[in-house]
Amino acid sequence: MTGDLDTDVAVLGAGPAGGNAALGAARAGLRVALVDEQQDAGGQVWRAKGKAIRAAPETPESRAGSQLRALIAASAVDHLADTRLWQIERHGPAWRLGLLQGGEPVQLTARALVVASGAREFVQPVPGWTTPGVLGLAGATALLKRDMVVPGAATIVAGTGPLVFFTAAEIRRLGGHVQAIVTPNTRADWMRALPAMLVRPDLLARGARWMADLALSGVPIHWGHALSRVIGEDRVVGAEVHPLDSDWRPAGPVREIAADSLCLGNGLVPSIEAAQLAGCPIRHDPALGGWVPDADDEGKTPVDGLFVCGDGAGIRGAAAAAYQGSLAGQGVARFLGAQVPGIGPRHLRRYRRAAAFGRAMTALSAPRPGLSSLIDDATVLCRCEGVTSGALRQAIAAGATSANATKSGLRCGMGPCGGAYCQTAVTRQIAVSTGRSEGEVPPPTARPPLRPVPLGGLAGDIAYEDLPIPKPAPL
Amino acid sequence: MSAPFDIAIVGGGIMGCATALRLADGGMTAVILDQGDLGQGASGVNAGTLSLQIKRVALMPYALRGHREWQAMGDAVGFHRTGGYTLAFTADEAALLQERQALKAAAGAPISFVSPNELFTHEPHLARKVAAASFCAEDGYANASLTGAYYRARLSAAGVPYRERQEVRDISRTQGTYDLVTPGGTIRARRILLAAGAWLRPLASHLGVDLPVRARVNTVSVTERQPPLLGSVIGHATGLLTMKQKPNGTLLIGGGWQGAGQPQDGRGQVRMDTLRPNLALAQHVVPALAKARILRSWTGFEANVPDFYPLAGSLPGLEDAFVLGCVRGGYTIGPYIGKLMGDLILGRELELPLFDPGRDFERTDP
Repeated sequence: MTGDLDTDVAVLGAGPAGGNAALGAARAGLRVALVDEQQDAGGQVWRAKGKAIRAAPETPESRAGSQLRALIAASAVDHLADTRLWQIERHGPAWRLGLLQGGEPVQLTARALVVASGAREFVQPVPGWTTPGVLGLAGATALLKRDMVVPGAATIVAGTGPLVFFTAAEIRRLGGHVQAIVTPNTRADWMRALPAMLVRPDLLARGARWMADLALSGVPIHWGHALSRVIGEDRVVGAEVHPLDSDWRPAGPVREIAADSLCLGNGLVPSIEAAQLAGCPIRHDPALGGWVPDADDEGKTPVDGLFVCGDGAGIRGAAAAAYQGSLAGQGVARFLGAQVPGIGPRHLRRYRRAAAFGRAMTALSAPRPGLSSLIDDATVLCRCEGVTSGALRQAIAAGATSANATKSGLRCGMGPCGGAYCQTAVTRQIAVSTGRSEGEVPPPTARPPLRPVPLGGLAGDIAYEDLPIPKPAPL
Repeated sequence: MSAPFDIAIVGGGIMGCATALRLADGGMTAVILDQGDLGQGASGVNAGTLSLQIKRVALMPYALRGHREWQAMGDAVGFHRTGGYTLAFTADEAALLQERQALKAAAGAPISFVSPNELFTHEPHLARKVAAASFCAEDGYANASLTGAYYRARLSAAGVPYRERQEVRDISRTQGTYDLVTPGGTIRARRILLAAGAWLRPLASHLGVDLPVRARVNTVSVTERQPPLLGSVIGHATGLLTMKQKPNGTLLIGGGWQGAGQPQDGRGQVRMDTLRPNLALAQHVVPALAKARILRSWTGFEANVPDFYPLAGSLPGLEDAFVLGCVRGGYTIGPYIGKLMGDLILGRELELPLFDPGRDFERTDP
């Protein structure tokens, strides 16, 4: 390749987990390459503010992110920013990674691998959810953090778990108007989560401040409700909202709320494709957000020299991700015969406390089965290929009863997003239609490239004369 | 205990399904067992090229009939008869192409040579570096992704049961009946057909037969939707490139570049050191591809035996046991040779001969 690099530890993803894993391994004296697609470390939650808004007020996330970025800058970690990872290969005991830097192919060889690939949002498809003006909650928070842009003049914020309140509070803080909050969770759901939340009083207090702000400002909160339909042809003009039963099935009279924008999200799903590509077995754990790589607290997997940490190993939140990153840093150092100074049992306890909080949030965020009954036959599930729920239902009835089979037959998941946005809804529908549990319907086989890459960037500058041509096949 | 099936077919790819349909038509009760889903092995992940220009000379009669089968399957499998060009870029490649296409034309493939100018009139996006080009109007492609859905529908209509995610763990024979052990229970059948592609060797070992089956790990890639770049199927004199643009605008790039992995370890893996030259060759042929984003690359296991001719006939030393696989160009030929296999099992006269699995594989002719 154009440039070949060599390191002891390659860390994939520079969020709270990957950043701390890289720092730990570097403190153990190992050579560390930290690979990330963004210009600045921090990942999604500890994202750096865009240049235009450097003067904007700090938040706990921006402070944590700044601290991580400063530590990485001061460390021996080789931060490969603006770098796209597209392939992971095993060659004997070594890992070989395919990267793209400035459009040029680069190959990175490492003795051990830490995958900290983070999470993506699950947006429950409802009729009209693909109308322009609908944003994911996580997508909206990224926009708010980086550019300080609010989604519209009057926004409905809808979905599960804490992110719905965080997003609403952020929109208000930046001068936007929140028309209503719609959440399937009830006050009772939150009261039940309280004991688990008490382990992190700081995070609990922060949540309380959002709630107080929202209450004082008079934003209507529709507890136990779901946004069931987006109204509007080529732009959002409002939404229908349904009360839900305890299974989150619509029950009771519908009401309409006018709005010009919508933020919608139903929890996070671990991004496991990189771990899958590295050969890691996966298992289904609803309490961790669905399919997760098989790994222990230190992120050690059954694959020699492969560690996973952070939300990509199971949704436990940014605070737990940072601790687990340090633990994985220690794990990978030990695997290579080194030691990270200052990581001990106290660290593990802190991780477990933060993880307990995160898991309580994951439990609140996880959609209950009835929520998928909001989908009608015309609802698009796979946005890239325009596959509707009705088409999927027919394909399942005709015998396509696995994610690989519906992908082949219908192309859902074959578009540019590679199934990132539809996979959860698709496998859920297969499970429901065939009377199996979600754990019996694994996601499709992971394939490179992990993200779309220009063909010219992979081909590089191989000359025609230099192509390795084997002898022709027998006639 | 329920009555045994007339035949159990292990492997729900094109070969197994096409044979099952022929047998059902002939009045036999068949059941198909697959370790995964129907049509998800080589039948479902190959590049879908239907080209007489890349078929073996001795298999040309089968390939010609295979093309007719695909044409009849039509839209349900995404069949398109586009014509195809095979390109040479150097004098050596041109000589190789001349020699090979002459033999294939003599075997019945309607292959002719066209001038570079004529080529560029039809395919204006090809690099202006072509030294020689052959053309075959019969060539085209089908959509391999649709194999599973197609055969599920056909089998259901024909009343042939199929059982997916049912790996056959053991096979034994008692009193003239084969017992096939699967996770969902034991299947009993009077006959057995092994049609499990790259997984044939361990399967046949349950019957005490050693088939010298090996697997190639072929790589295929697909781009994002592009504006029109190609109207026909494009190949390369060395056989190391197949390329076509689907009606939705995506381009499929294959050519048999080798990935890594073994069938028994699950799906194979793409390798950068073969994928990159594969894509570089595609870019050499269509320079505009440089900016097209690759969405996905994958591999499929193509089974073969040392002489690269099919296994198609009775398993040596066993009664009522058959094998079908290792057909070079198996996607094209599969639907036809499956019919022949069915005819053999039904005791009918064969239109073309099959390929004795008990032969000496070190010889060079079948």
